[in-house]
Amino acid sequence: MRDFYGVTLANPLMLGTAQYPSPAVLEAAFRQSGAAVATVSLRREGGQGQAFWEIIKGLGVHILPNTAGCHSAREAITTAQMARELFETDWIKLEVIGHADTLQPDPFGLLEATETLAADGFQVFPYTTEDQVLGARLLDAGARVLMPWGAPIGSGLGLNNRYGLRTLRAAFPEVPMVIDAGLGRPSHAADALEMGFDAVLLNSAVAQAGDPVAMARAFALAVQAGALARDADPMAPRDMAQPSTPVIGKAWL
Amino acid sequence: MADVTVIGAGVAGLCAALTACKAGLTPRLIDRMGAPGPHGCSWWAGGMLAPFCEGAVAEPAIITHGQNAAAFWGAVTPVTHRGSLVVALQRDRGELDRFARRTSAHQRITDLAALEPDLGAHREALFFESEAHLDPRAALADLVTALAEKGVEIECAEVTPDAIAGPVIDARGMAASLPGLRGVRGEMLVLRAPEIRLSRPVRLLHPRHPLYIVPRADGVFMLGATQLESADRRGVTARAVLELLSAAYALDPRFAEAEVLETGADLRPAYADNVPRVTVRGRVMHLNGLFRHGYLMAPALAAQAVDYLTKGIKGDLVHAD
Repeated sequence: MRDFYGVTLANPLMLGTAQYPSPAVLEAAFRQSGAAVATVSLRREGGQGQAFWEIIKGLGVHILPNTAGCHSAREAITTAQMARELFETDWIKLEVIGHADTLQPDPFGLLEATETLAADGFQVFPYTTEDQVLGARLLDAGARVLMPWGAPIGSGLGLNNRYGLRTLRAAFPEVPMVIDAGLGRPSHAADALEMGFDAVLLNSAVAQAGDPVAMARAFALAVQAGALARDADPMAPRDMAQPSTPVIGKAWL
Repeated sequence: MADVTVIGAGVAGLCAALTACKAGLTPRLIDRMGAPGPHGCSWWAGGMLAPFCEGAVAEPAIITHGQNAAAFWGAVTPVTHRGSLVVALQRDRGELDRFARRTSAHQRITDLAALEPDLGAHREALFFESEAHLDPRAALADLVTALAEKGVEIECAEVTPDAIAGPVIDARGMAASLPGLRGVRGEMLVLRAPEIRLSRPVRLLHPRHPLYIVPRADGVFMLGATQLESADRRGVTARAVLELLSAAYALDPRFAEAEVLETGADLRPAYADNVPRVTVRGRVMHLNGLFRHGYLMAPALAAQAVDYLTKGIKGDLVHAD
């Protein structure tokens, strides 16, 4: 398995920490999910949220602070610097939002912030689109991981552009990639792993489920299934039906 | 000599003192700021007695105990029994289905105009007929009056449970800084919009900016509330105002013409499961963690504290070694 800035994850699952019914449910969901990474939003919930932060630290997983809600490179850079100080990690999930409604990444701001932060020693996880050219630019700018979206944040639509995602995966076979955002169901996560992505990152799909703890378990099983299937070399789809038992040679009863 | 000393005159402490009186005890009531006011988070509450709506995400204990809250309050302060409504914008209709699946004691209304004419444009809603609401500030004042009638006055002093002899009910909220207790920031607005008539609380399900609006007397509405995992005590942020007002505007564009009377921000004390507790430590009982369920859960919490004190009954909200 590809590693993330030298860190090999026990499970290919990263889970967000927002929008759970309570911290107790969050904690139970994490345990069931086996998630190896917790993303934490700094902009609104950091700073004074010491008690909540203690709960997150108590999960015993890698912490990936994010710059959720930042609409410019400058804002994202400032937030990343605060996050590094607060969470004592060089990891940063870099989000620069380009549009308030679709929450799609601003590719230009993202590139600018990636350059600055990578030069400053950050280990950047850029939240990007499936655009291959942008991917190449982000890697040039110093990112060693890419986080292409499945679909807009919180939409639950799954893998919206499978062709684009496959192309991106194939273009940079050595680069660790995480499908970030837009996953709604465990089948989406399994699909992403089968396609060769190294991990998935999700939040709403678990936190907003009627039973977040059960859904966390479902995602744990799905990423496991997807990773197993990928390594087992899945059969290729065919247009022509092929009976698994040939007609000739059928027992004649 | 008092039978029990209650520290903290927010909704939890006042309910505990009154419940103690009703059980035949003589309580003493102390608060560092005296009578209830803007210094306590009870002041900033919405006042919805909506156990079934809260049940969409809250633990079952909130639904069970919350159903008895309206009866307690009815004996103290005016309670409006007109149910509550849940609506969603056309774009987010799936949210209404989801909320319906995750709650009970509601009916689907397809002719909303008949029930709440000013919301007619939204047509569809969930109606929780058994729910109620009250005006929290009136309720606090009425509790103070009810206690005064029983000879209990609020003493203005800053004390800790250790400094008091005999049984103590510690209802100081965040000031108690108990282990496992955290602050959850909430922000709210009070508007006057005399054009708009609503007779019951309305919740707008919005994927990003959920909102509730509680009508109060004289065309005044309380808009709430953000919920941030932060113990930041700053005043209301511009973002919160923007989000709450945008959601209100989406519900009824006439809110744009409303007069903004107040903004408020405070911390809700909460435990990890967001369920309140009576934590017993020797002669001290800590009543805390009411989260966003102050008026909904304070009566049950008070009843369990007094039952434990007088009869040794250990209710489900009581945590004792």
